[in-house]
Amino acid sequence: MSLLRGVGETCTMAQPHTFEGYSSDGFFDELFDDSGEARPGARLLIEKINELPPGELKQRQQAIERALLRMGITFAVYGDQEGTEKIFPFDIIPRIVEADEWDSIERGLKQRIRALNLFIDDVYHDQEIVNEGVVPRELLAKAKSYREQCRGLNPPRGVWCHVTGTDLVRNSDGKIYVLEDNLRCPSGVSYVLQNRLVMKRSFPQVFAASRVRPVVDYPSRLYEMLRELAPENVSDPTVVVLTPGIYNSAYYEHSFLAQQMGVELVEGRDLVVKDGFVWMRNTDGFQRVDVIYRRIDDDFLDPKTFRPDSMLGVPGLVDVYRHGRVALANAPGTGVADDKVIYAFVPDMIRYYLNEEPILPNVPTYVCERQEDRDYVLAHLHELVVKAANEAGGYGMLIGPHATDEQRREFAEKIIENPRNYIAQPTLSLSRVPTMVDDRFEGRHVDLRPYILYGRDIWVLPGGLTRVALRKGSLVVNSSQGGGSKDTWVVARPNEAAGEPSRMVEQRQGPPS
Amino acid sequence: MLSRVADSIYWMARYVERAENLARFIDVTLNLILDQPHGTAQQWEPLVNATGDEKFFAKHYGQANAENVIRFLGFDKNYPNSILSSLIAARENARTVREAISSEAWEQLNEFYHFVRDASDQRFRLDSPSDFFRTVKQHSHLFHGILDATMSHGRGWHFANLGRLLERADKTSRILDVKYFTLLPTVHDVGTTIDDLQWSAVLRSVSGFEMFRKRYHGITVDRVIEFLILDPAFPRAIRYCIANADQSLHEISGSPLGSFRNSAEQRLGRLKAELAYTDVRSIAQMGLHQFVDGLQRTLNEVGGAVHDTFFAMRPVEAHRAF
Repeated sequence: MSLLRGVGETCTMAQPHTFEGYSSDGFFDELFDDSGEARPGARLLIEKINELPPGELKQRQQAIERALLRMGITFAVYGDQEGTEKIFPFDIIPRIVEADEWDSIERGLKQRIRALNLFIDDVYHDQEIVNEGVVPRELLAKAKSYREQCRGLNPPRGVWCHVTGTDLVRNSDGKIYVLEDNLRCPSGVSYVLQNRLVMKRSFPQVFAASRVRPVVDYPSRLYEMLRELAPENVSDPTVVVLTPGIYNSAYYEHSFLAQQMGVELVEGRDLVVKDGFVWMRNTDGFQRVDVIYRRIDDDFLDPKTFRPDSMLGVPGLVDVYRHGRVALANAPGTGVADDKVIYAFVPDMIRYYLNEEPILPNVPTYVCERQEDRDYVLAHLHELVVKAANEAGGYGMLIGPHATDEQRREFAEKIIENPRNYIAQPTLSLSRVPTMVDDRFEGRHVDLRPYILYGRDIWVLPGGLTRVALRKGSLVVNSSQGGGSKDTWVVARPNEAAGEPSRMVEQRQGPPS
Repeated sequence: MLSRVADSIYWMARYVERAENLARFIDVTLNLILDQPHGTAQQWEPLVNATGDEKFFAKHYGQANAENVIRFLGFDKNYPNSILSSLIAARENARTVREAISSEAWEQLNEFYHFVRDASDQRFRLDSPSDFFRTVKQHSHLFHGILDATMSHGRGWHFANLGRLLERADKTSRILDVKYFTLLPTVHDVGTTIDDLQWSAVLRSVSGFEMFRKRYHGITVDRVIEFLILDPAFPRAIRYCIANADQSLHEISGSPLGSFRNSAEQRLGRLKAELAYTDVRSIAQMGLHQFVDGLQRTLNEVGGAVHDTFFAMRPVEAHRAF
C-alpha cells in the first residue's frame, strides 16, 4: 500500500485496480456471484491478483506464452508456407470449482460412464435395451457409428470405454449439464497438465494457499489402468501409445503421454501381426505388445476389419484383440454411444441399467426422428441449436438465433430429408469466467471437459480442461474456431488435504482378487 | 528400441551436427577474409564446390560472394543442406521421438530452430555474421551437452552419438579438403605468415587451435593433417570420431569390440584399423584429396550399412491365419 494513504484507509476500502469495473453482465460467472462478490473458492486468488502491481499479471501471462512456445506445445498454422507456429491460446485466470460441487460432478460422471459401458456391452451382445423398447431399435440400426464387426467382442471386465472426456456446461440456471460424452479418442488432457505446470510457476503462493487438488498423477493413473487391461497370463505387460503420426493435430499429446508414462509411441507401420500376436519392430528384432492405448479412430485401426484403404492401422489387429491376446483402449465400437441421438437416451440408460436417477442432467434434447419433436423443432428453429448426429468439433451445426433465414431453411430441408440424423437443443447461456482482454478483464463463455479412467475402478481427474471462447459473445469453444483454454482448480475443503495419495501401487501388489 | 525411433534419433543428431559444421565452414571463411583482405572472392567458391551442388547455386545465386553463400548455406529452405533446412529436419525428427529424448533436449532443439528461423526472417545482417555463427555453434554444443547429461546412455543415446560422430568425421574431412585445395596452389606462400594465418584459421574452425598448439607448437601442413585426421584424442579429429562411433555401434549390438556381427560393424571396424595403422606420410603419398575422397565413400557405406542393419523395415514372413 502507498505510504501516502491515511491510516483510516484499510485494504477493504482500496479499490481493486484489476477487477475494477468487471461485470458479469447478467451471465452466471464462475468466480463472482450475482452481487459481484468473489465466490468462496476464488477469494484468495482475486485478492492476490488485486495486490499485484499494475502490468504484473500481463507480464506473467506473456511469460507463460513464451514457456509454451519453448516447450513446443504448438500447432502449425494451416496454409502458412513459412512454417509459422502458434501456441493454443491460454488465459491466466483459472476456472475454480468448489469441493462440494465437484463431488456431485464426480459422482454423476461415474454413474454415467458405468451406464454407458453397460449400454455398449449390451448393444454388441444381446441388445436387451432395444428388446425392451427403452432405446428404439430403428435408432440403433441407423447409428452410423455402430460397428457390426464388434458384435460379440469381450473386452476385459466388460469395459469398453477406458478413457472418456465428457463435455459439461453450466447454463444460466446455475446447473451443470452434460453436453457430449466423447467416448472414442478424447484429447486435451495434455493441456490440462501443461496448463497446471505453467500456472504453478506463475502463482506458487496462491497455489499453496488455495489447496488446489493435483492433476499431476494423471499419466501414472493412465499407465496403471492400461496395465490392468493386459491379457491375464502376462505378468509384466508392454504398453504402447498408437498415434496416426506427426501430422495429427493431437500428436503433441500422444508423444507427451507416451513420454510421461515411459512407454513407446508407435505408428501403425511399427506394429505387425504374426503368429496370432502383435509385435513392434525393434532394432534387434520383434517385441511383443500387450496393451495398446490407441489414438487412431476405429475406421483406420485395422484395414482388414474396418476401412481397407487405411494406411495408418495394423492389418489383423482386431483379430488378435478378439482372441484376447492384446488389449485396446478404448475398445473399437464405443462411438455408437457418441451418436447425438443415442445421447438423448443416456438418462434412460442410467435408469434402466443402474436403477438410479441421473445425477448430472442432459441438455434437453429434441429427437427429430420423433414426429412430435420434429414439428416443434421445425417451428422453433430460430431459438434452437441443431446438431448432426455424427459430427464433432462444432461442425454440422446450426445455431438458430445467429443463423440467417437461408441457413435455417437449408437445415429445415435436411431435417425433413433425414430426421434420424438430427437433434435440437435450446440455446444455452454458457457460464463465463473473467478472461484477460488487453489490460482488463471481460467475461468469456466456458465449458469443462473432465477426464475419466475406467480400469478396475473408475477415477475422475479433479478438474479437467476448461475451454474458453475467446471472441466476445462467442459460444464456440473449439480450438479450431477461436477457442483457448484455462487451468481448472478444484479446491479442497479447508480441513482436507489437497492431494489424496495414489492407491494404485497398493492395489497392484495386493492379493489377487 | 523401435527401428523408426532409432532412425529418427540418429538423424536428429546428424542434422544438428551438420548445422554446426556448416556454421564452422562459413565462419572459418569469414575469418580468413579478415586476415587477408585482398582477393576475397575466391575464398567463397570452394565452399560452394564442396557441397557438390554448384549448379543449384549458379542457377539461384550466380556469383559466389559472402552474401550469396551465407544465404545459400545458411538460410535457403529449398536447399536441403543449409543450416535452416538441417534444423528443420533435426526438429522434425526430434518431434517424432519426443518421448524418447528428454524434454530438456527437445526444448533446446526447439529454441535452436526458432533462433535460426528468426534470423532468416530478419533479413540477415551482414555486419556481424560471426556472432550468428558463433551462436549456432553454442546452440549445437548445448544440445549435445543436454543430451549427454539428461538422456540415459542406452541404445537411443548411442544411436545419437553414432549419427553425430559419423557426420562430424565427414565434415572435418571436408573442411580439410576444401582448405587444402584453396591454400596449396599458392606454393610461394608456404612457410610465410599468410600460410600460418590460414592454417590456424582452419584449426580454429574446428576449435582445434589451442589443442594443436599444446601438442605441436609450430604450424606445418603435415602436422595439421596429422592432427585433424589421425589424432586419437582430439574430439573433432577423424580417428577419434571413428573410434568412438565404433564403440557406440558395439554398445548397440552387444558384440565385443574388435569383432563384428553385421556389415556396419565390419565396415566401420576396418576403417578404424586403417586410421590406427596409417601415418601422415602415407596419406601424403596417396594425395590428401584422394584420401579424403576414399574416406567419404567409406563413411557413406557405413551409413548405408547402419540403415540396412537397424532401421530398414524387415519383411515379416506371411502370417498364418488363425
